[in-house]
Amino acid sequence: MSTTMHQHGGIGESIKRKEDGRFLRGKGNYIDDFVLPGMLHMAILRSPHAHARIKSIDTKAAGVKPGVIAVVTGELMAQHKLAWMPTLSGDTQAVLATDKVRFQGQEVAAVIAETKYQAEDARDAIVVDYEILPAVISPDGAKASGAALIRDDKEGQKDNHIYHWESGNKATTQAAFAKAAKVVRLHTFYPRCHPAPLETCGCVADVNPATGKATIYMTSQAPHAIRTVFALVTGLPEQNIRVVSPDIGGGFGNKVPVYPGYVVATAASLLIGRPVKWIEDRTENLISTGFARDYHMTGDLAVDKDGKMVALRVHLDSDNGAFFSDAQPTKFKAGLFHIVTGSYDIPTAHVTADGYYTNKAPGGVAFRCSFRVTEASYLIERLVTNAAIELGMDQAEFRMKNFIRPEQFPYTSATGWVYDSGDYPKAMNLALEKLGYDDLRKDVEQRRKKGEVTGIGVASFTEVVGAGPGAEFDILGLRMFDSAELRVHPTGKAMLRMGTKSQGQGHETTFAQIVAEELGIPASDVAVEEGDTDTAPYGLGTYASRSTPVAGAATAMVSRKLRDKARKLAGHLLEAAEEDLEWERGKFYVKGSPDRAKTIQEIAFAAYTNLPEGMEAGLEGVHYYDPPNMTYPFGTYAVVVDIDKGTGQVKVKRMVAVDDCGVRINPMIVEGQIHGGLTEGYGIAFMELITFDAEGNCIGSNFLDYLLPTAWETPKFEIGETVTPSPHHPLGAKGVGESATVGSPAAYVNAVIDALSPYGITNIDMPVTSDKVWAALRSKGVTE
Amino acid sequence: MKVTMRVNGGERGGDVEPRVLLVDFLRTNLALTGTHIGCDTTSCGACTVLLDGEPVKSCTLLAVQVEGRDVKTVEGLAQGGALSPMQVGFHEEHGLQCGFCTPGMMLVGTALLEHNPDPTEEQIRWAISGNICRCTGYMNIVKAIRHAAKLQQAAAKTATPAAVPAGGGQ
Repeated sequence: MSTTMHQHGGIGESIKRKEDGRFLRGKGNYIDDFVLPGMLHMAILRSPHAHARIKSIDTKAAGVKPGVIAVVTGELMAQHKLAWMPTLSGDTQAVLATDKVRFQGQEVAAVIAETKYQAEDARDAIVVDYEILPAVISPDGAKASGAALIRDDKEGQKDNHIYHWESGNKATTQAAFAKAAKVVRLHTFYPRCHPAPLETCGCVADVNPATGKATIYMTSQAPHAIRTVFALVTGLPEQNIRVVSPDIGGGFGNKVPVYPGYVVATAASLLIGRPVKWIEDRTENLISTGFARDYHMTGDLAVDKDGKMVALRVHLDSDNGAFFSDAQPTKFKAGLFHIVTGSYDIPTAHVTADGYYTNKAPGGVAFRCSFRVTEASYLIERLVTNAAIELGMDQAEFRMKNFIRPEQFPYTSATGWVYDSGDYPKAMNLALEKLGYDDLRKDVEQRRKKGEVTGIGVASFTEVVGAGPGAEFDILGLRMFDSAELRVHPTGKAMLRMGTKSQGQGHETTFAQIVAEELGIPASDVAVEEGDTDTAPYGLGTYASRSTPVAGAATAMVSRKLRDKARKLAGHLLEAAEEDLEWERGKFYVKGSPDRAKTIQEIAFAAYTNLPEGMEAGLEGVHYYDPPNMTYPFGTYAVVVDIDKGTGQVKVKRMVAVDDCGVRINPMIVEGQIHGGLTEGYGIAFMELITFDAEGNCIGSNFLDYLLPTAWETPKFEIGETVTPSPHHPLGAKGVGESATVGSPAAYVNAVIDALSPYGITNIDMPVTSDKVWAALRSKGVTE
Repeated sequence: MKVTMRVNGGERGGDVEPRVLLVDFLRTNLALTGTHIGCDTTSCGACTVLLDGEPVKSCTLLAVQVEGRDVKTVEGLAQGGALSPMQVGFHEEHGLQCGFCTPGMMLVGTALLEHNPDPTEEQIRWAISGNICRCTGYMNIVKAIRHAAKLQQAAAKTATPAAVPAGGGQ
């Protein structure tokens, strides 16, 4: 039934995944599956308050509980200079609180015991005396006069402001606004949500007291960078640190940062001399680890009398929580929000952003997006639909009129990004055609006359992914290149290792296919390994859709290096000059004599057995790829909704998604990524919310309150593709993991707003729940 | 407390505190780590096992409650070296990405086909609605279960009449 074994597995083939076997048998190797000899278990005590001064911590009762080996407090960590750690955004973050707690769920103390149950029992016996302080739960609250100062630990910090950031040109934008025929404003809040991978975060820290070697198994999307950060934070020599990311049960950005639990477990293992396991429970994951979004955005779009966009102005307030620990390239305080001009030829733009501390969990991560691209894309796509409605133009037509035209690429945006390639009208036309847009639009008009509430939403996103050119993009100074090391064994089988780390994206298959295409070794003969810093070449990891754009390019380049050596070997074996050889996938042959050929397998054998004079033995190499530019995937998504006036319930009737991610390596895997992203986008648009009450209590701290889409709500997707290769990527690929999460929330919400537009409703902030829709309709006098 | 149960066809037992959850017993005492923990609140279904053939969430049962009963985990799906039709379906239809929800999904699918050998898409979606997948968007999981149903139907047709009542395509 399966044709897998007979396929070569080159680029464009939907071969079945090589990694499936162990997962299907329940033999995946996730972090909580690790059991090491003598392993202890750690449980973390967390703050019940959003903002409070710690008066005392009493660990006596906990320390004598059965099975307890140690109780760790901030005071103990401070003795080892580990009470605070640096963040990826140039701030500091408490590992275990010493002075104050600054968000609900903050790490206060940890218990290490023989079993998980014993550790949790003892944790509950720790007594902390708090003096409760007023909580700040929004940027508006943070700027209010008399607001509590959250970061009184920081010298010179007089208020709760973190950063101010600008992009674009203020003067030309102001001038364009002054002359505009129409200005459309949208104020919208992209609420706090959470990547919530099905597997939570965790680690097993194993510091060997005899050798001093620290092996840390952890759920990390970026193990190499973590190793370096650990070396810098702990002072351990980097060769004595080994980070191993095993199978990861989903990441979506949540598993990029360094969390206090990793640091405490490692310190505990170092002090105790036994391995220490720490696995979050779901509530810990939702209340303390990297959240996403929490952006309050105001956009103004200036349009001329012909419906051409002439300028964009945006201000945003970012709610960063108690520590500025956004996981993003160091120079980019608001991530890559500059992409807010989107798919449109807007001559000038000016963007300003201010970040604020609040008494909420820190760690703004790029939840399945490339550093704030989702927020930017959402704002422009919502704004464009609102503008079309206000101008009385069709949403799709207004977009088409203002798209960057195919002949304008490479295109420099008003905020200075150079888009590599695109054909936006083509993707939109395909989406509209698949949807049957013109007929559906007429149908909508007819049904509205009968009093039905129904609408169509369109969003035409452009992403910026694949960070990145190392000169611009770095994490704590580490340039954002990535790597591939390829070894071909004497029998012609190969081992590929990369600096990235799959969390379900199918790297073991996709990257083997690149080798299959470029070096001719069947994908089934290429083993792919990632995640072990002792064996894999250094790389910055998997997030921001960067694996294929960066490590995929490195894989192509190292394959080509080996092919160059293979040509020399083939010349030796065939007694022919190199320039007389032709390459056909999998073999070299003498021009004009196809029978005089040597396969890559024969050549590999020769690399170890029969070398030309003076040639180094072996067939292996490594390539560190620093991309010349980012890639710019794009697409058009279109959604049809029906709304029940009586209940406010929104039903997504259709969801058409046309993606252009350049060349697709394994179309089956690409489509799987799109399905997943469209579903997470659906969750964000309609269900998922981390919010806080006035005291800073987190609401959304478990899966009963933080609602994820199940198979029952999730729409059935209709997907399509166009292919506009990236001109600078060796394979023409652009990356796809995040397009659907970036593009779809605006498409869903635009459909709702289109449906509600006859009633004068112009915005409902996500998640668009039934009660909000119901209240909006009631506010306009609409009843059943 | 002593506890004994049948797990994947074999007699297994242990001495556990009464408060030990079934999922912890399976994972820690029996080293059957294919059953995962995703939420602790009976919401996500990563810990789903079959108890006397019915899907249950093993994070919400005590090990001692299962005394004398029959448990099937993902490790019990393949027979000998051969993948079950459900496992084949998930592979062929790309019904898994990170693999964390996959054991629970496959067990729910297996139980569904026991009751309903030819389920519709809606019936499959309803059956798996207690299990969350964060990666696939469910479309390929639905296809995978349909795929397994077809394999089982084909196997049932070719099996000898005597073999069918003994377990159909299983």
